Amino acid sequence: MLKLPIYMDNNSTTRTDPRVVEAMIPFFTEKYGNSASRNHSYGWDAEEAVDSAREQVASIINASSKEIIFTSGATEANNLAIKGVASMYRKKGNHFISTITEHKAVIDPLKRIERDGCKVTFLNVDKNGMISLQELEQAITNETVLVTLMAGNNEIGTLHPLKEIGKICKAKGVLFHTDATQAVGKIPVDVEEMGIDLLSLSGHKMYGPKGIGALYVRRKDPRVRLDAMMDGGGHERGMRSGTLPVPMIVGLGMAAEIARKEMSAESQRLLHLRNRLHAGITSKLEDVYLNGHPEFRLPGNLNLSFAFVEGEGLMMGIKDIAVSSGSACTSASLEPSYVLKALGLGDELAHSSIRFGLGRFTTEEEIDFVIQDVVRAVNHLRDMSPLYEMHRQGIDLKTVQWAAH
Amino acid sequence: MAYSNKVLDHYNNPRNVGSFDRYDPLVGTGIVGAPECGDVMKLQIKINPLTGLIEDAKFKTFGCGSAIASSSLATEWVKGKSLDEALGIRNTEIVEELALPPVKVHCSVLAEDAIKAAIKNYQEKLGTSKEAVHS
Repeated sequence: MLKLPIYMDNNSTTRTDPRVVEAMIPFFTEKYGNSASRNHSYGWDAEEAVDSAREQVASIINASSKEIIFTSGATEANNLAIKGVASMYRKKGNHFISTITEHKAVIDPLKRIERDGCKVTFLNVDKNGMISLQELEQAITNETVLVTLMAGNNEIGTLHPLKEIGKICKAKGVLFHTDATQAVGKIPVDVEEMGIDLLSLSGHKMYGPKGIGALYVRRKDPRVRLDAMMDGGGHERGMRSGTLPVPMIVGLGMAAEIARKEMSAESQRLLHLRNRLHAGITSKLEDVYLNGHPEFRLPGNLNLSFAFVEGEGLMMGIKDIAVSSGSACTSASLEPSYVLKALGLGDELAHSSIRFGLGRFTTEEEIDFVIQDVVRAVNHLRDMSPLYEMHRQGIDLKTVQWAAH
Repeated sequence: MAYSNKVLDHYNNPRNVGSFDRYDPLVGTGIVGAPECGDVMKLQIKINPLTGLIEDAKFKTFGCGSAIASSSLATEWVKGKSLDEALGIRNTEIVEELALPPVKVHCSVLAEDAIKAAIKNYQEKLGTSKEAVHS
């Protein structure tokens, strides 16, 4: 029996793996010490658990445990990386490079430092959401201190070529930060091989708890220094003060450990399911378009535009499936997704998009249900869509003069 | 966002979906909105030449559930009304009937506009476009 609604929004957040929950529980109820307490076994137990989790987190990105700074999540990690570099390297330069399809947790800190006098270049992307390495290289100046480019896009799943980007940054002597929130635990990420100096990750995107994440901060070649945003007891090498949330850290560590061991098999399974979903829908519906890169994309992400139907209306028709729409009608603004618009997608197709986020707990049975339900709902809406009617009559919608409102 | 039961009902069982021949002189067609704004409504009325009343109405809408419900409701309301009565339908009444939240008020505005556009189109066809018609 299928449990409804089917959860297919794993790019938003994931269910905490039961093995993670199990690992966390003792640190609420028995081993509840402060990891900074040096005088008793409660503190020692907590510290040992934090050390072990730090190893587990470091291991999934091939870093050393000393390079892991625990934060409240990837948003904080991104803020710390960007603002911390802006402040610490002010004398070296004030130019930053990023792209327009980044998550708001990168764009908004960049806008903030821009207001404080820094210069930021936002690179454009092509129709698949890829930056041009040539443009990146050309954008780097003597003033550039940081390039920040996400590993995997949260909406369209496109993967940036981290290794090539890292190489360029290294050659030009600028720091490379990547928001790897969607990528860590899903695809191999190696800070050494990819030349990454700073990396943000989050627990709840990889079947760990919400409220915990980490920033990787390279310690040598080069040694990256950051101005802290949170001052206090000097935790986390002085970069992030505050008592460590030991149960969350243990959970993040366990999530990383599981992901590291199971990633290879899991990504194969997800690819298979995603292809089944994509093929199942497109074999029954015409005028369905894939958003994001067809090849270089997160294994669990499928973002589709259904021409002639509106995303929010479609989501209402598939209420047994929990997904996200690129049409932000849902969030009080009527703007379609800025990421989809960045691909050069017409507003009408941006308004017509649905993001399917498959994950560890997605089953083939669920995929088959989703195919049927989406096809039914799209047909229902196309039957009452004036745009579909015009399309069927051979009218090119781009030539129609619409009455603006 | 939680939709009211009335919106859900219109969405799941839309009334009067379909199209009339837009070249029929007794048919008025209003198309409002734009795809890039996320809603397009087409509302059509059919006039009984003997009574001058709207004897039938149909719609097709591209948009969210509230837009679909607003236009579906509009077709129900205009049926049996004279043109002047139909012109009197206010978006606020649609908001009230469907319990639309503030962020969806524009859907009701669009439905009111669609009614007016359909009536205007019919009257233009008649060649008797009157000043009384609100633009």
